[in-house]
Amino acid sequence: MIDALILTILMTSVPLVLAATGELVVERSGVLNLGLEGMMLMGAVSAFAFTYATGSLFIGLLAGIISGAVTAAIFGFFVLGLATNQVATGLALTIFGTGLSGLIGADFVGNAITGLPTLFPKHFGDIPFIGAFLSLDIVAYSSVIIVFLVWVFLFKTKTGLILRASGISHDSAHSLGYSVLKVRWCAVLFGGMMAGLSGAYLPLMLTPHWSEGMTSGRGWIALALVVFASWMPSRIIYGAILFGTITIMQLAGQARGWTIPPQLLSSLPYLATILVLVLISIRGSAKHAAPSNLTIPFISSK
Amino acid sequence: MIKCSFIEIELFKKKITKSMKPHSALLESRDISKSFGSFIANDKINFNILEGEIHGLLGENGAGKSTFVKMVYGLLEPTMGALFWNGNPIKIRGPQEARNFGIGMVFQHFSLFPTLTVIENIELALSDTQALPELRKTIIEKSQEFGISVDPDTYIRDLSVGEQQRVEILRCLLQNPKLLIMDEPTSVLTPQESEQLFVILNKLAATGCSVLFISHKLKEVKEITQRATILRRGRVVDTVTSSEVSTEQLAKMMVGSDPQHVKPKIGTKSNDILVQISGLCRPADTPFSTPLLDINLDVKAGEIVGIAGIAGNGQSELMEALTGEWRSRDSIKVLDVLGVDIRDYSPHKRRQMGIGFLPEERNGHSAVMGMTLTENTLLTNHNNPEVQKHSIIQNDNLEKLTSNIIHDYDVRTPLQNPLASSLSGGNLQKFVVGREIIKKPSVFFVAQPTWGVDIGATKFIRNALIDLANEGCGIIVISQDLEELFELADSISVLFRGKLSERKPVKELNSQKIGLLMGGEDGASLAKEHS
Amino acid sequence: MFYLTLRKETPLIFKVSVPIASILLTILFGIFIFSVLGYDSGKALYHFFISPLSRIDRIADLFVKACPLMIVGTGLVLCFRANIWNIGAEGQLIMGAVFAGGLALSFPNTNSVWLLPAMAVLSFIGGGLWAFLPAILKVRLRTNEILVSLMLTYVASLFLDWLVRGPWRSPTSFGFPLTNYYPDAGLISKINFPGIGTIGQLHWGVFIAILVCLLCWFMMQKTVFGFQVKLVGDSHKAFRYSGFSESKTTMMLFIISGGLAGLAGMIEVSANIGQLQPNISFGYGFTAIIVAFLARLNPAAVILAGLLIALIEMGGDSAQIALAIPKVVTGVFKGILLFLLLAGETLTKYQINVKPRQRSVPND
Repeated sequence: MIDALILTILMTSVPLVLAATGELVVERSGVLNLGLEGMMLMGAVSAFAFTYATGSLFIGLLAGIISGAVTAAIFGFFVLGLATNQVATGLALTIFGTGLSGLIGADFVGNAITGLPTLFPKHFGDIPFIGAFLSLDIVAYSSVIIVFLVWVFLFKTKTGLILRASGISHDSAHSLGYSVLKVRWCAVLFGGMMAGLSGAYLPLMLTPHWSEGMTSGRGWIALALVVFASWMPSRIIYGAILFGTITIMQLAGQARGWTIPPQLLSSLPYLATILVLVLISIRGSAKHAAPSNLTIPFISSK
Repeated sequence: MIKCSFIEIELFKKKITKSMKPHSALLESRDISKSFGSFIANDKINFNILEGEIHGLLGENGAGKSTFVKMVYGLLEPTMGALFWNGNPIKIRGPQEARNFGIGMVFQHFSLFPTLTVIENIELALSDTQALPELRKTIIEKSQEFGISVDPDTYIRDLSVGEQQRVEILRCLLQNPKLLIMDEPTSVLTPQESEQLFVILNKLAATGCSVLFISHKLKEVKEITQRATILRRGRVVDTVTSSEVSTEQLAKMMVGSDPQHVKPKIGTKSNDILVQISGLCRPADTPFSTPLLDINLDVKAGEIVGIAGIAGNGQSELMEALTGEWRSRDSIKVLDVLGVDIRDYSPHKRRQMGIGFLPEERNGHSAVMGMTLTENTLLTNHNNPEVQKHSIIQNDNLEKLTSNIIHDYDVRTPLQNPLASSLSGGNLQKFVVGREIIKKPSVFFVAQPTWGVDIGATKFIRNALIDLANEGCGIIVISQDLEELFELADSISVLFRGKLSERKPVKELNSQKIGLLMGGEDGASLAKEHS
Repeated sequence: MFYLTLRKETPLIFKVSVPIASILLTILFGIFIFSVLGYDSGKALYHFFISPLSRIDRIADLFVKACPLMIVGTGLVLCFRANIWNIGAEGQLIMGAVFAGGLALSFPNTNSVWLLPAMAVLSFIGGGLWAFLPAILKVRLRTNEILVSLMLTYVASLFLDWLVRGPWRSPTSFGFPLTNYYPDAGLISKINFPGIGTIGQLHWGVFIAILVCLLCWFMMQKTVFGFQVKLVGDSHKAFRYSGFSESKTTMMLFIISGGLAGLAGMIEVSANIGQLQPNISFGYGFTAIIVAFLARLNPAAVILAGLLIALIEMGGDSAQIALAIPKVVTGVFKGILLFLLLAGETLTKYQINVKPRQRSVPND
């Protein structure tokens, strides 16, 4: 029972980790993409459609990743190419992605696919204590590796340093000769791929079918997670597990007839995010602050 | 920290002059031009700098100095003309390429990343990737060689402005540059820090590196450079050997005409004290701001009090305290204007009492660039009962007021009611000065009234201020421009690190005396050090 | 590649043509999408844009649909003008409805004429309170208002969900998450035109909505407060120099926009639903963001913009009924329209220059 609970918590956390890690890189480069929800939905519907059509989960995942990147490219075109307002463009992306995914997916509602297999043999799951940790699929394990790689990239490589620098002061980065727009384009596309993968995980693993708006706010929580993690990759994992736990507790609580209103439990992630935002504002240290050029468009004068 | 003496500098200079090879121009520009639309920022600049030479680039604000060096550093593309490096024609497509040639640049506004560490900032500027421990070693070596002390692991935002500049220089030095461009490096430094900088630059030149030193300060250029090129309105006036010209000659070349004379002051001061400030303190609210320490000052009717000092010594903090943009009852003992305690008064309320004020920055402080002149008039007139009735704007009266300002203060506008951004600096400054003076304030606080303004407008604005004083207004002028203060003020005191020096009548002062005070020294202690 | 340079003066033609061009381009995209999906574009466009305008009662319903969009949109215009990013209008709308609903449900037997005005005031307070939190956090601690106001939207919607399933659920709703019906005095009546009677669902709330837009327009255009709003969005330093209080203005704008969203929520329930239920808003708070941009942040233009977006919403319904085109297609339209409007903003502010491949530098 406990194992099953832990497993569900871990699985709920995976899409959050993936989307938030992508967004973290985007924000580190100085761009706020509020369109996570839209990109995730596009990833989800493409993954489902391709898996359903080809029967290949691999092609499904790939389709999810690619369509996430394509959706992000639309965002990049407006925000980076035309220097539009990032907040409003992100919202437009969410509205657009929600609509388009619903339109594409209209024919798939009610169909089912088989989800991703676990990486290790089934009976590994029976091992006491660590069973739940051995019953996950390849994407779940990859998500931890991706977080680690992103950390290495951001803090141990020169390119990562350039990316962070672009988010702190694009003018300075420009005057040192770095192409801020190129850096941000790469970041935005990476964020889109991660959001696409995160979205793909939903129909391929969490619920093996497609339904309209099936992300149900996970994109927004992932956005909050980035703030919660104060732009440090490793903290995304703790944050996601915490958020996952709260989500599952609420479901478990409902099943056991807890007297706490389930809505209160459901709103805990959102309230926790606000609390974290406030704590960060109060503390305000250099290391954990938001990238100072976040949401400010870069316009090169040449 | 380095203690230097002038003798040391002189020694360096001699060494350099000897070792200088006469005909090797490291960098040369032929007929380099740059235009932005119809505006020609650089018009056929011919210039050369020799190996190991410290070369001055002198000119007023807007003379085209920055444009020129940005082209040399690859940040701007020349519209016409060619650059030569050691006699070979080159094209510099970006800073990266400039650095590959061996050109380093220290910007006026630093290109540092405040929330990264010193070592990360340096790593960013290096073209080749170095292992961190190795880089750390190189940084420490270089900084010892040139007497620059920095901790590689501090965050930039925890450093002082002078220290930040040293990081910028260090960053350039690590690339072993052949040419170092310094864009107005001393504008943010105290005289002592400047001296330290000069020692570093001389050491650098002694190693064979050329330095292009941009400034509008004549004395500095004479002190540190071997040759200087003077720019005016985007054109080269002349290139001179610095030791062979006087500062007066340099000034004339830079400005283009004899220094302007302003109206005489009638000097009918009454003994009514209009402004009384005592015990004004202000704690620093960010690591970058200067705390104000026990400011005492009073202004009589018809008097102009000048406050000199290098930027960043508390000028903007003091101005905010005077305007009411910052206010405090606890940290100020007395702040009386016209006999009223205004410590709690908002800018709005102070204005209603007949206090006028004008901060230094035009762009986005005393004027809003994206708004029309009418709206900019409303900026400081929204409590004027003519302009506003029951908080509804009376457009006719507002427009009348605006056109009065435009007419009376000789503001040249391209259109009927243009955006502030379409006016030249001088015209916009005449407009904002006029907007405040037309209200006939009894007290006027103004900072840098003629910063970055052409000569004609400068003269006009100074005359307007003198007229205002002659009518009995008490004025405080905060300015970095000593010439301006000597023309306008009856008495001057100097703001240094948030402290105001004893005020002296202009007659008893000369620029040298003030210069010493601007460096935070009284005459006695400096004389000792130089003996 | 291309790059941008700042325009000194924006040609007037741009200001007018941007919304129009955006709409036309969106329709072109629509034709493309319909043909890709295999629908008859001509018919689809007819059902989207003509059919809702084909009868007087449908036009009246268009106004009804636009009503909350106008009210919320106006409030957002004020915020966005001041560079304040309140994107939690949806939550503020819900809280307004909850506050007003609480009052209506507490007096089930009243027939006082004061009930409706009191509900309106309470709804303004409810929405305003919900906006107060991000406002005070922004002013005091500089906390990002985008995320806080957005998170509070979820909380508000869960709170309403709890109310209608829990303490406020009607004993006669057979377990459905619904409250009791409001007393008649708490309902907004349809407009009864003398000699004609009612037209469609047209109610007095629409009149209020248009009034709110016009009042806000007057305020922005003619009053010192309107100037203040524009100024704080342009330059903080100039704003302080001018003598206004930045934190007060920010708080005030947040509360006004939240309050207006709350009012919209109250009107929506009192005029169209008559009781509280888990879903009282169909994303009006978010759609209003598009309305605000479509109106180019001009409160008077919000009336037109609100009607146009309402047309897309209603067109979506009629296309779904007539041609079985999924309703979600309206989301695609709205998204594209917002993209294009934002791109249009860039075109009015900047000049787009194409970078030449290589510039020849004469070597004399």
